[in-house]
Amino acid sequence: MIILAEAPYAIEMLHITKLFPGIIANDDITLQLKRGEIHALLGENGAGKSTLMSVLFGLYQAEKGEIRKDGKPVKIMNPNDANDLGIGMVHQHFKLVQCFTVLENIILGVETTKGGILQKDEARKKVLALSEKYGLSVDPDAKIEDITVGMQQRTEILKMLYRDNEILIFDEPTAVLTPQEIDELMVIMKNLAKEGKSILFISHKLNEIMEVADRCSVLRRGKYIGTVDIKDTNEQDLSRMMVGRDVKLVVDKDPPKIGDVILDVQGMTVASKAHANNAVKNVSFKVRQGEIVCIAGIDGNGQTEFVYGLTGLEPLVSGSIHLCGQDITNMPIRKRAELLSHIPEDRHKHGLVLDYSLEYNMVLQRYFEPQFLNGGIFLNRKAIREYSDKLIDAFDVRSGEGSVTISRSMSGGNQQKAIIAREIDKQHQLLVAVQPTRGLDVGAIEFIHKSLIEERDAGKAVLLVSLELEEVMNVSDRILVMYEGELVGELDPKKTTTEELGLYMAGAKREEVRA
Amino acid sequence: MKEKKSFLERPSVQAILAALLCIILGLLIGYIVLLMINPAGAGNGIVSIIKNHLNYPTKPAQMKYLGNTLVKTAPLLMCALSINFCYKTGLFNIGAAGQYVVGAGACLYAALKLGLPWPVCLLITIIVGGLWGFAVGVLKAYGNVNEVISGIMLNWIGLYLVNMILATVKESTSPYTKQIASTNKGALLPSAGLASMFSNNKYVTIAIPLSIVIAIVIWIVLNKTKFGYEIRATGFNKEAARYAGMNEKRNIILTLVIGGALAGLGAAFLYLSGYEQWSVTQSSVPSMGFNGIAATFLGGLNPIGTIFSSYFIQHITSGGSYLDKSIYPSQIADLITSIIIYLCGFVLFFKLTLTGALNKRRDRAGKSGR
Repeated sequence: MIILAEAPYAIEMLHITKLFPGIIANDDITLQLKRGEIHALLGENGAGKSTLMSVLFGLYQAEKGEIRKDGKPVKIMNPNDANDLGIGMVHQHFKLVQCFTVLENIILGVETTKGGILQKDEARKKVLALSEKYGLSVDPDAKIEDITVGMQQRTEILKMLYRDNEILIFDEPTAVLTPQEIDELMVIMKNLAKEGKSILFISHKLNEIMEVADRCSVLRRGKYIGTVDIKDTNEQDLSRMMVGRDVKLVVDKDPPKIGDVILDVQGMTVASKAHANNAVKNVSFKVRQGEIVCIAGIDGNGQTEFVYGLTGLEPLVSGSIHLCGQDITNMPIRKRAELLSHIPEDRHKHGLVLDYSLEYNMVLQRYFEPQFLNGGIFLNRKAIREYSDKLIDAFDVRSGEGSVTISRSMSGGNQQKAIIAREIDKQHQLLVAVQPTRGLDVGAIEFIHKSLIEERDAGKAVLLVSLELEEVMNVSDRILVMYEGELVGELDPKKTTTEELGLYMAGAKREEVRA
Repeated sequence: MKEKKSFLERPSVQAILAALLCIILGLLIGYIVLLMINPAGAGNGIVSIIKNHLNYPTKPAQMKYLGNTLVKTAPLLMCALSINFCYKTGLFNIGAAGQYVVGAGACLYAALKLGLPWPVCLLITIIVGGLWGFAVGVLKAYGNVNEVISGIMLNWIGLYLVNMILATVKESTSPYTKQIASTNKGALLPSAGLASMFSNNKYVTIAIPLSIVIAIVIWIVLNKTKFGYEIRATGFNKEAARYAGMNEKRNIILTLVIGGALAGLGAAFLYLSGYEQWSVTQSSVPSMGFNGIAATFLGGLNPIGTIFSSYFIQHITSGGSYLDKSIYPSQIADLITSIIIYLCGFVLFFKLTLTGALNKRRDRAGKSGR
């Protein structure tokens, strides 16, 4: 590929406007990517980042605006055009064939063949050379299903490099990585930029942008807010640009006013669907009014099954659960819901009927209540609409068409807000919130943390299940650590450190936990 | 900002357009098959299929034969509603064919053997059809038995059971059940003056308006009631329905009971009009239940749309008999009408499956926002 040295920008998107029914996804957005820079694209969920990238990739055609490559206008009608222009992307969810090797995945679609026979040797040489040059350590002969997520991501990066792409787009690349893998990725990205690749880094994690990017463009609600040099800015300024107001990155809260015991779990054991051992083993603890108790742990240590057992989605093998003095161990879900609200881990699987309108989802837990029915049989559309509008207003749930929006078309953050609105507004004594901020941006996270603390201050018991160390330390009043289905430690967030918590979570340290 | 969806973007308009497109495609392919078999009569052949009762020159004859088409539309519509209703819960009630069969058995037995009047016959049919659906529902809810498998098995069990039972009320010289008109007049559905509108076609009964009323009721139940809300939630997302404390097992069983009752009632609408007699030697499940699948999808999975699609499918089926027998063997009529019907049904079916798959893929890809 010949690079015109005089054109300063590798790719330019000028005054891009893209409309969807009921929403302006991109409103006059300009993004200019310099050659050899790492350019961050920052914005909340639903701000229009993905739409903008889809326009760049030819998946959508913009109504207005122009795309330029090396200063010259280009038309990108489909992803193949984008490929021909040297634009490559690492998607948030990898596009790899699980049962193929790393090498086979890299050459997929651009294989060299001789008389119909695959020529892998040359490809292997090229891949090894590339991986050495950019510090991307992979085993070309390992199968994708056997390697770590970090290595899969490196395979995706090699795929772009193998195709001689000059413009590399990383779509929220750190969402799936462990802290160590994130550090490695940062180094790789810097190497790539040093070698002259231009990188577009889509993220809403401010610390990562501060660490790795040269410049940052910010979108908010489909509008272009501005582009700043990273060396002239800080996290607080960036978050203000992104959200449009000052954001508290640290959670404010008063000391808890603890009351009576609400939830009393004794010896809870839940079977595992994946293997013969129990997923939750003999767990006992209590949660009282006015406190936020957090179940911390690394993903897959029984938290999901624990919540299923508690909320009635799975039966217990043994043990008992008392809620407000009532034995709910074998109570049907509908009956439990009178005392318990549940913000589920997977908002698409459990939390929402995606094909229903927003208003129908708002009453998912209470459509059967008399005020939403006429004569006990017919849905009272007017009451449902009024109630839904009220919740949308109170919880600032944004969508294209308000109450009648099909839930599927809403952004993840707003779907989550709708669930939280529904669960907090219905009657309950205990709120079970499972990874309520997963995949959300700082604005939404701040809102959700505030809601949880308001719940606590209103005298409700809150049980938070979280994988995010920062959230665990900031929000909770008491931490219980779950490791391999057992509670292995009870910690006070004011007295412990992240390091100590990490040791418990990794199973390196443990103590008896009694309710 | 809010923007009104354009005319073509409305789901209802899209559904109607898709249905019309399927019809045109089906007719086109039917025409091509006629061309391949014998090009000489193809043009006239397809026209006479489309014209159906309009093949007759006089108005009274046209009305009479339109009446016949309507008589068979009513049971088809009921089968389609049965499948439509269950489909909303995420269940594919292919057992509607068998529920239709036991419905036929129940109403004829009640009419001919027990000598009961028509309202009681209808009631018994509803109960028996419902029971047949109940069996599928219980197997599904408590044994996780796929409703398609158990439905198909029950289709055959029903067929031979009905053949056996109705053998007790058959004519001595033929395999057909006795005429209701000569055995028990009180079991015939009343015509309520409708017959005179169709050149005194005595088979035109209250079954026709009744089936349309039931379609509207089903639409109301699905879209306006608490039960419909639960059913559709379960169909869209079973896990979310469970999370919301809906009684999934009860809803599955109840849906199939209602589906079974609807299909069974469809059989009563046909056989209690006296239009057909049951042959106790038949060895294939009547196609009514299967045509109901096509009618459901052609009707865009909407009970109101199903009224029109059922009529269209019956129109084409009846029209097949007007194909020139001197050019085409009589089986060709069945072949052509089947091609048209199933193409109509399945083009839409594929469209729905495709959108479903695409939505799923998008859910997976777009977990963190737009």
